[in-house]
Amino acid sequence: MMAPRLADEAEIRRSVTRIAHEILERNRGAEGVVLVGIAARGDDLARRLATEIERIEGVRVPVGALDITFYRDDIGMRGEAPEVKGTRIDFDVTGRTVVLVDDVLFTGRTIRAALDALVDFGRPEAIQLAVLVDRGHRELPIRADFVGKNVPTRKDEIVRVALKEVDGEDAVVVEEPR
Amino acid sequence: MNKHLLSINDVSTEDILRVLDTAESFREVGTRVIKKVPALRGRTVVNLFYEDSTRTRISFELAAKRLSADVINFSTSGSSVAKGESLKDTALTLQAMGADAVVIRHSSSGSPYQLTKWIKGSVLNAGDGTHEHPTQALLDLYTIREKLGRLEGLRIAIIGDVLHSRVARSLSLGLVKMGAEVTLVGPPTLIPPDAPAWGVQVSYDIESVLPKLEVCYMLRVQRERQRQQYFPSVREYSRLFGLTRARVAMLPEGALIMHPGPMNRGVEIDSDVADLPQAVIEAQVTNGIAIRMSLLYLLLGGARGEEATDG
Repeated sequence: MMAPRLADEAEIRRSVTRIAHEILERNRGAEGVVLVGIAARGDDLARRLATEIERIEGVRVPVGALDITFYRDDIGMRGEAPEVKGTRIDFDVTGRTVVLVDDVLFTGRTIRAALDALVDFGRPEAIQLAVLVDRGHRELPIRADFVGKNVPTRKDEIVRVALKEVDGEDAVVVEEPR
Repeated sequence: MNKHLLSINDVSTEDILRVLDTAESFREVGTRVIKKVPALRGRTVVNLFYEDSTRTRISFELAAKRLSADVINFSTSGSSVAKGESLKDTALTLQAMGADAVVIRHSSSGSPYQLTKWIKGSVLNAGDGTHEHPTQALLDLYTIREKLGRLEGLRIAIIGDVLHSRVARSLSLGLVKMGAEVTLVGPPTLIPPDAPAWGVQVSYDIESVLPKLEVCYMLRVQRERQRQQYFPSVREYSRLFGLTRARVAMLPEGALIMHPGPMNRGVEIDSDVADLPQAVIEAQVTNGIAIRMSLLYLLLGGARGEEATDG
């Protein structure tokens, strides 16, 4: 059976456009705003948001990629050391409004790790969170500022975001646990 | 990854690439304002050094600290070893204190293997006698790949006191594994008789080898390990096998000059040659920290034996 599709290419595009508008509205423009996407896929979404913001506002905001592996709270609890992806933040975050971008918000543990990682790069004026999908089941007191789509799920289901940049197509699907 | 790092032979080609790729991320961490990540919080790394060492011990110490592990430096002078304690009893003491990893340097080849019998954690070989120095080989592979973009098909000469060099053995094995062509160069007395079994070429004439190289790797003349006369005089050795300005001119453009340190300036390498832009000796030291962070992370970042919970 095909995994049920929660969103297709057009819906993802509309979500990205709306989040870009909301970021600009909340921050009264793009002044001082930087985007930091969490690898993998959050960084691709951050680049798309930057493109949308440029289209709407005519301003190119800086985009970085953050790998949170070394900040995870389950290192030493899994079989092998978690695979590292790579961080690239070529700008100073101090005094800026950092919009963290991720594909799926679930337990909140990735965001906790990302917050810890981010403050090692400097002292942002504010940190906001944008996610394409919020699937619930938080284990930490964390919420998103900008949400593409709220999706009710069972805790054992797997929500997967596919993006053209890495997966060849745009889609959000729910898969049964293996 | 294996639990221990004893010899470069134990590390598969795939795992070598994993160590090098993970080290890239740690190089990036080294460029941050805060050069420290919490990955190994609560873990204890013991540096057990039975031989003098500056760069390897400091490099391991810094690597462990930048991963937020606790580090204990145990050197033989001023410790129970000076009172005659055996390696076994020292190991059992460290075991009882809960060391998650022991980094050992010892003058006896094979002592890291011995240590694995008594230590439940990971053992990392930081140089054992004239046998191996795998972390040096890995940081050299990293440095070559960083500077030249690849390892496969490269022509590399390892020149000098190969017989006493654990670096030469580990690096040769590592390079051959990654598909490079290695030539060992030195006086016949300082080339180990089993060298052809490593999959390398041997030459006794440095000047015939230099024009074909992408990397020229100079070894230190280890006078402290030479128990007999291997060459007539240091001056003659230097004249026959030292890397001088004139010999650097025989290297193809873009060839790297490397040295594991500490250097004997004026013996195996001329002082001004060591300071040339194509000499990447400082990059080797910087990359050493990232490689050791990568190794400690990959060896200690997985589940601890029976405590493993998947998912």
